[in-house]
Amino acid sequence: MFESIKQGMENTRTKFTEQMNILLDRGPRVDEEFWEGLEEALILSDVGAPAAFSIVERMRDTATRKALPDAYAVLDALTEEIAATFATSEVNVFDENPVLVLFVGINGAGKTTTVGKLASAGKRAGRKVLLGSADTFRAAAIEQLAEWAQRSEVDIVQRERGADPASVCYDTIERAEATGANFVLIDTAGRLHTSDDLMRELEKVVNVVRKRSQIPVRTVLVIDATTGQNGLNQARQFNSALDLDALIITKLDGTARGGIALAVSHELQLPIAMIGVGEGLMDLQVFNANEFASALISEELRGVTHEDAEA
Amino acid sequence: MLESLSDRLQNIFGGLRGKGKLTEDDINNAMREIRMALLEADVNFKVVKDFVARTKERCLEAEILDSLTPAQNVVKVVLDELTYLLGESDSKLEFSSRIPNVIMLVGLQGSGKTTAAAKLAYLLREQKHNPLLVACDVYRPAAADQLQTLGDEMGVRVYRGEGDNPIKIAKEGVQDAIDNLRDVVIIDTAGRLHVDEQMMQEAQNIKDAVQPENVLMVVDAMTGQDVVNVAAAFAEQVDFDGVIMSKMDGDARGGGALSIREVTGKPIKFISAGEKPDSLEEFHPDRMAKRILGMGDVVSLVESAAKLREEEIAEEQAERMMRAQLTLNDFLDINRQVRNMGGISKLVSALPGGDRALSQGQVDTSALDRMEVIIHSMTVEERNKPDILNGSRRARIAAGAGVTVSDVNQVLKQYNETKKMMKQYLPALTDEPVRGKKGKKGKKKKKRGMGMPGLPGGMSMKDLREIQRLMDEMN
Ligand SMILES: Nc1nc2c(ncn2[C@@H]2O[C@H](COP(=O)(O)OP(=O)(O)OP(=O)(O)O)[C@@H](O)[C@H]2O)c(=O)[nH]1
Ligand SMILES: [Mg+2]
Repeated sequence: MFESIKQGMENTRTKFTEQMNILLDRGPRVDEEFWEGLEEALILSDVGAPAAFSIVERMRDTATRKALPDAYAVLDALTEEIAATFATSEVNVFDENPVLVLFVGINGAGKTTTVGKLASAGKRAGRKVLLGSADTFRAAAIEQLAEWAQRSEVDIVQRERGADPASVCYDTIERAEATGANFVLIDTAGRLHTSDDLMRELEKVVNVVRKRSQIPVRTVLVIDATTGQNGLNQARQFNSALDLDALIITKLDGTARGGIALAVSHELQLPIAMIGVGEGLMDLQVFNANEFASALISEELRGVTHEDAEA
Repeated sequence: MLESLSDRLQNIFGGLRGKGKLTEDDINNAMREIRMALLEADVNFKVVKDFVARTKERCLEAEILDSLTPAQNVVKVVLDELTYLLGESDSKLEFSSRIPNVIMLVGLQGSGKTTAAAKLAYLLREQKHNPLLVACDVYRPAAADQLQTLGDEMGVRVYRGEGDNPIKIAKEGVQDAIDNLRDVVIIDTAGRLHVDEQMMQEAQNIKDAVQPENVLMVVDAMTGQDVVNVAAAFAEQVDFDGVIMSKMDGDARGGGALSIREVTGKPIKFISAGEKPDSLEEFHPDRMAKRILGMGDVVSLVESAAKLREEEIAEEQAERMMRAQLTLNDFLDINRQVRNMGGISKLVSALPGGDRALSQGQVDTSALDRMEVIIHSMTVEERNKPDILNGSRRARIAAGAGVTVSDVNQVLKQYNETKKMMKQYLPALTDEPVRGKKGKKGKKKKKRGMGMPGLPGGMSMKDLREIQRLMDEMN
């Protein structure tokens, strides 16, 4: 159902090709400087220092073993290698039908906005969408989701602020069953993974939904692309409490590379279902590992090669 | 706060301390490890590079290597450089004589501006200001509702205006403050990306229109390497005056906090660490640096204790405590005070090595809750005269509280120790005279020094500062 929005990534692809050309300007030499630049680019993309070191180590090996002729070939091989590091799944959770998806994550990650965008995409794809507003904690969170529901003209289940989130979920499931909704999206309150109470509360909510729902239930962690190495802690905690099914990375329209997504997806073997690239209804794309991998290292490498060109 | 960085650094120093003499190689190795620790903490790549270069150079100087205590000196250099990164002096909000003063908040989407705006209003009101909140985020659905709700909950006026022109709303907000006699205006703006030219221009326009005394950028403490690009762009285009670090209550590694000053030259003014409105604190770079190096933050602890000191307790109780006759009811009271100060973990984490002990699970943070349940299971008589607690009473209490008899014994042991300790220290109480205050009959109130378990009852602020100084010297 998301074929149409794949086009958006076209930009990134052209950009990467451009950067390759710039790199060629500098000459395709694979020297110490190149490796250092690569390492720096990886660290700056938030994949984490140990991961950056080990990736560069492996690439050095590969370059020698396969006798890679120039920087082009190395970057190609690197992109492939990074792309292969992401966990994959046969079916995108949002292509499952019917499905009920719970959105979880820390404060401000982009959960509500993502639910709004997905509601619109689902509606356009002709699915029967129902939203559930289980963030009964944050001020005006319910109004926020209600506004998104209105924008895409989809149905929403809501209760008053302070209501038990589990019971909102319960109501949502009942409504879904009564109306035959097959694309059910439930927003939850943002919480820090270090807050034991709030994590326990969420665990309870997810368990209730899993037990009660006839529709298959999926739990998706939303991560902000600007998040650093702390994202790994977040993901570990949320995963161990809730047994996650997939990730969504938001705010990739900034300059953040979202390298933390690589670390999380790899360590927890969770596929990335979607990426957010803006605040509008349409700013959501299907994740493509190759494109993501190119974008991950590109900008900084371009910086490095620029500096070198000037020197 | 910043535990994992703190942990790694302390391990590195532990290794150095184990050696009597340090060679150049030792320093080089330590610096490599420090570099790694900082990178893992999300400190910006370039900041790390410079930091390590500076620190290494200083550590390799003869005075350090050849000194009698080289490891201590290395720690001192690192402390110095960390403090420098965090900002050498406290940076408070500066107000002008204009009424109203205007504070404008800017930042990326989801960084926590709205929450920070509300917390700032709360803090300013505590400081006897009369703030007005202005909702200028006209883009995110229900953003103004959010601010309105937060304002209503605290009883702070909120101006939200009409239409979708944030510049107009900001100006009207300032006028609303004048009309309603508010002396500070806090403007919450929409989250924006630093690469979104139109939105950055808008922020600039709001700024031009209301001429804020303070523009504060709200930065999520969990931000990764990109914090540098973001903050630099905001500094250039909006030119903010200081930073509020948000979400410091998580296990953020502090990279943002350690990078931002170096990159933008702008100081951190506040840190926001919690969900409650009172969880915005002024930022003290030197204390933070010490905490990162595991040297504790006794001064902050003393300050929160001093706040509690304002609280008054019944004279009867104060006297009992002075005569070291505290009962188990007093124990409950102490418990409540610890809670008011942010709970046992906050208390322990302010002590040298405390963060570490906490993260290694050496501190039982639920001990207080258990203690409370146990004491609540006792009769009034038992609480006042713990001596009568024989075996069968203890068994009954344990059953009532759902714990084992040895848990009950533990509480009583702690109680006895505290009592003993108070006896020891109470003579020192004269240092901090207990001021009497006339009250209604039988309900005379008195102020007293703080009584916290583990901290001697009669110590004054001065004593604690002295302790901190001694501990600094030990380190
Ligand atoms: N630029 C950009 N902004 C985004 C994106 N996704 C979300 N946002 C913005 O990020 C901010 C926070 O988004 P929300 O959807 O409210 O986040 P949340 O996780 O629901 O937040 P809480 O419910 O408060 O925990 C809003 O201002 C959104 O407009 C994205 O992909 N790009
Ligand atoms: Mg939300």
